[in-house]
Formats: sequence, structure tokens, C-alpha cells
Amino acid sequence: MPAAACCELPAPPVIDFHLRKALHTAAGPRTLDVALALAPGELVAVSGPSGAGKTTLLRLLAGLDRPDGGFVRVEKQVWYEQETRRWLPPQRRPLGFVFQDYALFPHLTVRENLAFAAAGQPGAGPLVTELLDAFELAELAPRRPGALSGGQQQRVALARALARRPRLLLLDEPLAALDLPTRQRLQQVLADVHQRFGLTTLLVSHDPAEIARLAHRVVELDLGQVRRVGPPALPAPALAGRVVALLPGGLLRVQLAGGPALVDVPAPPGRAYAPGDALVLTVGVQ
Amino acid sequence: MPPDYWQTLRLTLGLAACTTVLLLALGVPLAYGLAHGRYRLKPLVEAVVSLPLVLPPTVIGFYLLLAFSDGTALGRFLINTLGLSLNFTFAGILVGSLVYSLPFMVQPLQAGFQQVPRSLSEAAYTLGKSRLTTLWRVLLPNMRPALLSGAVLTFAHTLGEFGVVLMIGGNLPGRTRVASIAIYDEQQALHYAQANAYALTLLVVAFAILVTLFYLTKKDAGRRLL
Repeated sequence: MPAAACCELPAPPVIDFHLRKALHTAAGPRTLDVALALAPGELVAVSGPSGAGKTTLLRLLAGLDRPDGGFVRVEKQVWYEQETRRWLPPQRRPLGFVFQDYALFPHLTVRENLAFAAAGQPGAGPLVTELLDAFELAELAPRRPGALSGGQQQRVALARALARRPRLLLLDEPLAALDLPTRQRLQQVLADVHQRFGLTTLLVSHDPAEIARLAHRVVELDLGQVRRVGPPALPAPALAGRVVALLPGGLLRVQLAGGPALVDVPAPPGRAYAPGDALVLTVGVQ
Repeated sequence: MPPDYWQTLRLTLGLAACTTVLLLALGVPLAYGLAHGRYRLKPLVEAVVSLPLVLPPTVIGFYLLLAFSDGTALGRFLINTLGLSLNFTFAGILVGSLVYSLPFMVQPLQAGFQQVPRSLSEAAYTLGKSRLTTLWRVLLPNMRPALLSGAVLTFAHTLGEFGVVLMIGGNLPGRTRVASIAIYDEQQALHYAQANAYALTLLVVAFAILVTLFYLTKKDAGRRLL
């Protein structure tokens, strides 16, 4: 059997929703009110301070909490509609949810976690094997979640969410609890997964670099309201500066525009710099 | 050794075992409802479940005796329609034990349900699993110490039951005579050695059960930390 044959997913749907729900925030009662439509295969990030309603929004979409009003339509299927009082329970919404705390079943091995998720579908066995391979979990398959590192647990959680062949993927701060190198590695895994399965995805994240790397659009929430919807902000703001001195070892001493701050940077290759030359610095995170 | 020692012991252990098995089946849905439900009558249900903890067993026994007798509508229904004459029978003291030991099963199970992280059942729901599948495959396997506590406490508590059995069942050898009643009976007849045979047996069995429980749950707690 060709390796990819078991993992072909149905064409991704268009998701269209408008959800309202009372929120209890630190600033007092507020109303979560978010309307959004996602194109097929789009990855939209949801960001904002804690208490903005990000997790609540995902829970409403998954059917884990009941909205106060609005609608959720996925393709031609109505998941929720206030007027008709239609509400699908979470079991009947084909979506994958990755929880902040991963919520892996501690009494099942990695393979059993995936098998439990895939059970009842045609081709469940090959799908589990395929996902174990895709997420480099084959070696860890007989272990229980308690014996895994945070990054490994995260990969299991992602693989398990895909084992149901979801039409929509909801990721609730999936990488927040991980150290930076692990997080960057898993961002690549997320990017690969998204490319491979083309799943329409909502990703809750605080990390501008992560959002810039993964998302097509970002929705910024604050106290339940949408502050901005648009392309992700550039993660590396540019700074203007002026060379004030040449240092030994190919370094330039640069004064940043608008202040007395001095930084030493390696001279960019390709041309010779002299004091008084202007240049633009970009700030990168290592 | 008292003449009907083994018969009485078999009856006592049989009663405790039947009570434990039936209460496991009854207690799981009841505790699930109490742990997850949010309804107005919940304090009332919790109070009814816990009542046997504070009531004298003779009160429970007395009202059950009345309920089973042909002087009440329920008793007449049981006797005439269902053909169940419960007073002074094993089935009668079994019903009494179920009521009497109910909190010893339900309270550990309720605590067990509450201690399983909510995200585990929510994860199962988002994977398309029904509530029943989630209960069976996710919740119960993750609350084994609570199941063990409930079962063991119910068993041990039923072994030591006296008042309820005496009221409903009396003291019929081989039918309703359990060890705790036999002790009282032998002591009244000044058969101290025979009372001691029963008393010592109950003491040893109860102690062994509790040691086993604490040993098993301690080991389990250690495993869960890994």
C-alpha cells in the first residue's frame, strides 16, 4: 500500500461563524463577540492577552461550551444556529482539538492513544501507523505519556487530533509550555502538517514569531472583541542607525537613530563601511 | 469452634460480596451524576446518599422492615405483585446492606470522578467518543484507586453490619444470621469462646482488607507519579 494512501483527507471546508458568549474577565463581565470566515486550508492565528476569550472561542467552536448566540457553519453543515436552536454536540463535529495541557490519556500507550482516536473509521490501523511515522513517534509507540518529554507529548497530541481525520483543527497554545528550541522544531512540524494535510486551522498563540511563521492571518482579541484581523505583524522590526566607528575583528559600532544607544554588530559583507554611513539593522531572535 | 461457624461465615462473606458487586453497578452512575451534574436537587440527592453515615442502623432497619411488610402499600406491592417477601430473608438483608453501605461506595467514586482532569473527557468527546465510551474507556481506568477504595470499604463495612440486619433479617441460622449477630447471640448465651471465634475472625479479616487497600493504593500512587 502506498504510504500516503491512508491519509488523504476530504477537501477542506469553508468555515463561517459568528459567536457570542458572556465572559468573566479580570476587568469585569464582557461579551465575546467574534465573526470570522476561514478559506479552505487557511491557518488563522488568534492572539491577545489572557482573558481575551481565545480559549473560549475554540471551546465554543468545538462544542465544549454553549454559545449565547450566533452561528457556526462548516461547509453546508450547521454546527450551531441560535435561531433554529440547532447545536451539534462535540462528538458530531469532525474536528481535532489540541489542548493546552495535551490531555493525553495517561493509562494508554502512545499507540493506544492514537488507536482510540482512530477507532471506528475505515483504515484505522494503517492510519495510526502512518501518523506514528509522520510524527516520528514509532519508537515511542509502546510508552505511556507520563514517560515522554513535553515536546514528545505535544507531537502525540497533534497526531491524535489528526487520527479522527478532522475537517478543522483547533490548537490551543500548543507550544506555549515548551522551551525555545523544542518550540521552533515543533513549529516546523506544524508547518509540515499544515502543508501535508491542508487543514483549515485556528491556532491560539502569544508568540509573534510563531504567528508570522505559521499563520496566513491573525485575529487579535482583547476583552472579547476583535481588535484587528489581518496579515501577521512582521516579527523583525527594522532599526535605522549610523556607523560611528570601525572596530577590530570586522565589527561596526552603530548608533541607533533617535537616541544615544550604541550597538556593536558584525559588518555586513559586500561593501566597506566608514564612519557616518547609514545602515538598517534588523533584530532577530536566536 | 461454634457449630455453624462456617455456614455463618459463608453467609457473611456472601452478603458482603453481593453488596459490593451490586453497589459498584449502582454507585458508578450515581457518583457520575453527582460529580458532573449541576441541578437544583443535587444537595438533596447527596444528603439521601450520605444519610446512612449518620443515622443509627436501627432506624434504617426499622423503616425497611415496615416498607417490606404487608402493612404498607410498597410491601403489599412487593409481596402480592412481585412475590417478594423480603423480611427475614437473604434478599431482604441484601437490600438493607445496599442502603446502609451506599455512601461508602458513592463518596470515593464521586471524589474519583472529580479528580480526573476535565480535559481528558473533553478530549474524548472531541475525538467523537460518546459519554458511555468515555466513561468506560477513559474515566474508570483513570480512577482505579477510587474504585478499589469504594469496593473495599463497602465490603469491609458490610461485614460489620449489625443493626440493619437484625431489624430486617433477625437471627435465622443459614438464612440471615451474619457473624456480627452471631457474636451478640453467643455472648448473650455466655458462650464466650464461640463469640471470640467470630469476633477474632472479623477483626483479622477487616484488618487484612485495610492493609491490602492501603498497600495497593500506595503502590498505585507511586506508579502515577512516574
